[in-house]
Amino acid sequence: MGTLLRLATAGSVDDGKSTLVGRLLYDSKSVLADQFDAVERVSRDRGLEQADLALLTDGLRSEREQGITIDVAYRYFATAERSFILADCPGHVQYTRNTVTGASTADVVVLLVDARKGIQEQTRRHLAVSSLLRVPHVVVVVNKIDLVDYDEATFDTVSAQVNASATALGLSDVITVPVSALAGDNVVTRSERTPWYDGPSLLEVLEQLSPAGEPQSEPLRFPVQLVIRPQQAAGERFRDYRGYAGQIASGLVRVGDPVTVLPSGRTSTVAGIDTADGELLEAYAPQSVTLRLDDDVDIARGDLIVTSRSVPTPTQDVDGTVAWLSDRELRAGAKVLLKHGTRTVQAIVKQVGGRLDLDAARLQPAETLGLNDIGHVTLRLAAPIAAEEYLHSRAAGAFLLIDAHDGATLAAGMVGDALLATAAV
Amino acid sequence: MTTVETRRLTHLEWLESESIHIIREVVAEFERPVLLFSGGKDSVVMLHLAVKAFWPTPVPFPVLHVDTGHNFPEVIAYRDATVERLGLRLEVASVQDYIDDGRLRERADGTRNPLQTQPLLDAIEGHKFDAVFGGGRRDEEKARAKERIFSLRDEFGQWDPRNQRPELWNLYNGRHTPGQHVRVFPLSNWTELDIWQYIGHEKIELPPLYYAHDREVFERDGMLLSVGEFAQPKDDETVQTRTVRYRTVGDMSCTGAVESPAVTVEDVIAEVAATRVTERGATRADDRISEAAMEDRKKEGYF
Repeated sequence: MGTLLRLATAGSVDDGKSTLVGRLLYDSKSVLADQFDAVERVSRDRGLEQADLALLTDGLRSEREQGITIDVAYRYFATAERSFILADCPGHVQYTRNTVTGASTADVVVLLVDARKGIQEQTRRHLAVSSLLRVPHVVVVVNKIDLVDYDEATFDTVSAQVNASATALGLSDVITVPVSALAGDNVVTRSERTPWYDGPSLLEVLEQLSPAGEPQSEPLRFPVQLVIRPQQAAGERFRDYRGYAGQIASGLVRVGDPVTVLPSGRTSTVAGIDTADGELLEAYAPQSVTLRLDDDVDIARGDLIVTSRSVPTPTQDVDGTVAWLSDRELRAGAKVLLKHGTRTVQAIVKQVGGRLDLDAARLQPAETLGLNDIGHVTLRLAAPIAAEEYLHSRAAGAFLLIDAHDGATLAAGMVGDALLATAAV
Repeated sequence: MTTVETRRLTHLEWLESESIHIIREVVAEFERPVLLFSGGKDSVVMLHLAVKAFWPTPVPFPVLHVDTGHNFPEVIAYRDATVERLGLRLEVASVQDYIDDGRLRERADGTRNPLQTQPLLDAIEGHKFDAVFGGGRRDEEKARAKERIFSLRDEFGQWDPRNQRPELWNLYNGRHTPGQHVRVFPLSNWTELDIWQYIGHEKIELPPLYYAHDREVFERDGMLLSVGEFAQPKDDETVQTRTVRYRTVGDMSCTGAVESPAVTVEDVIAEVAATRVTERGATRADDRISEAAMEDRKKEGYF
């Protein structure tokens, strides 16, 4: 059984994302006959000669009516090598928040650029989002290569633009592939119409990339979701059972490992690793398990169990970079909720420290953040969290800002100067 | 420092772990969750994951069946046996009751799937359920492909697909105001094939009609319907005994069987891997109505 790779698409509107996704699904034989029949029927009704593969992914009525993608659509396909979860994200500026959503869980961002237009503002925005969210891989698809007569020089020019922009935003190792999603060139199989290109097809690239992170190389981080305490409910054998249920965010845990519980700082030793299928000697990210400890320490939801070999310092002062996802403006003084791991605490925005200027690829002074802005904030929390630099750990450095009144998700947050580290060079 | 060999979960292990995390988050953050359980394979897998999530504690919430009254008897028997075995509390929201007392009217086409919305919403309101686990998968249907894992519903049970909360990393935001509730889909990222591979791997028992058996059926709109109380052949439709199985289980009047020799779970996995038609396309008359049939039902509060 293969592994799993999560990808997210990005690019400007009309760059052909939905067509590319439709092509990937169709050419990898993941589209079934009745789905394709429906697409052909609708395409014919609209007077199109070919089946419009974009119709495979645009799921909402208003999307089909407007011919654009509004919200993230998730697609599933598999090859002999591995299974893929694809987040097909919209291109319009007003839907950038959906690109942030897709990128937050992605192992690779597939970014489309129209070969005729080269790099656009949205391209830079999506490169910035990929860099900010530390997506491990970025593949840039130079699409509509058929419309520039499969011209090598055009591809080289666009690739150079992409690489310059990516480097300015702190991304390295960006792969570029010349593609016609409409005609199928270099999507699944290598095209004879680009003899000057000797690299892999897009699907070959996706089959070969390593998934996000090396979870075992990071220190153990285990946010406690809930305490499992059956008391009388599971019979005499489990009367005194007490376990801590959670999904390992990073690292590896073995029975006998010394651990520290945050924010209290109490220490203990792992006595057992339980699952419904039996006890384990070790477990690693992202397994869901239940840990038992040697000592009867006071642990509740929201606590973080970490390896005693590497203990982060809990803090009530957090500097972070945020992608602002709400229509409501953010300014200093705002009271919000912050969710980090399984812990939710009240927070006050002490300062808005700047906004990313995409053209200059650096922070400009700003007092507010609006929808789709990326900026820097300083937060004071009502209770400490074990915040860690997002640069070092996607799992331990991510947080949400939430509206305390209506529960809306306001921002995707990353602890530390994720942005400064990438963009201020 | 010694190098640690990198281990990776198989895709089924990954999916199981994600689903267990989601189910535990709901129990930690909500007051009154409930799990929709019909005896269909997806709800069976979801319940199996809930059992694993809280082991050794019993599943800490009740299950709810929205009963169309057009049931396959084997599925009701399976439902009751499962609830008994796991010591669960079963709530039933009955479409038949609504028809009997005039709150709902039978549709001209006879299908009761769209009639499930009102009893479901009333049950959620009546029991003050604030989180409702559904077995929906994004690969099933285009509107479901847009659904969040935590999906907020307003006081009217409505889904607003154009204004969904962004869902970032694995940090789920289940906050809601009184009267609102959240639909939670722990199987969002599973495909039909994943479900079957997992059923095989975990040796999960299913209602027998998921496997090949001989049944009296007649053909309507390209589907094989079972002869019985809820579906009678018209004059020009002939009844035949064929070897069939069900890919989905729903309202008996509009759920079709497929011809299949697949007797074991391994046979079914091979069949699903090779199929060229989606499970809804093959077996659900109500989803063939229009491009947006599911989207429209979901907006109104359907699961």
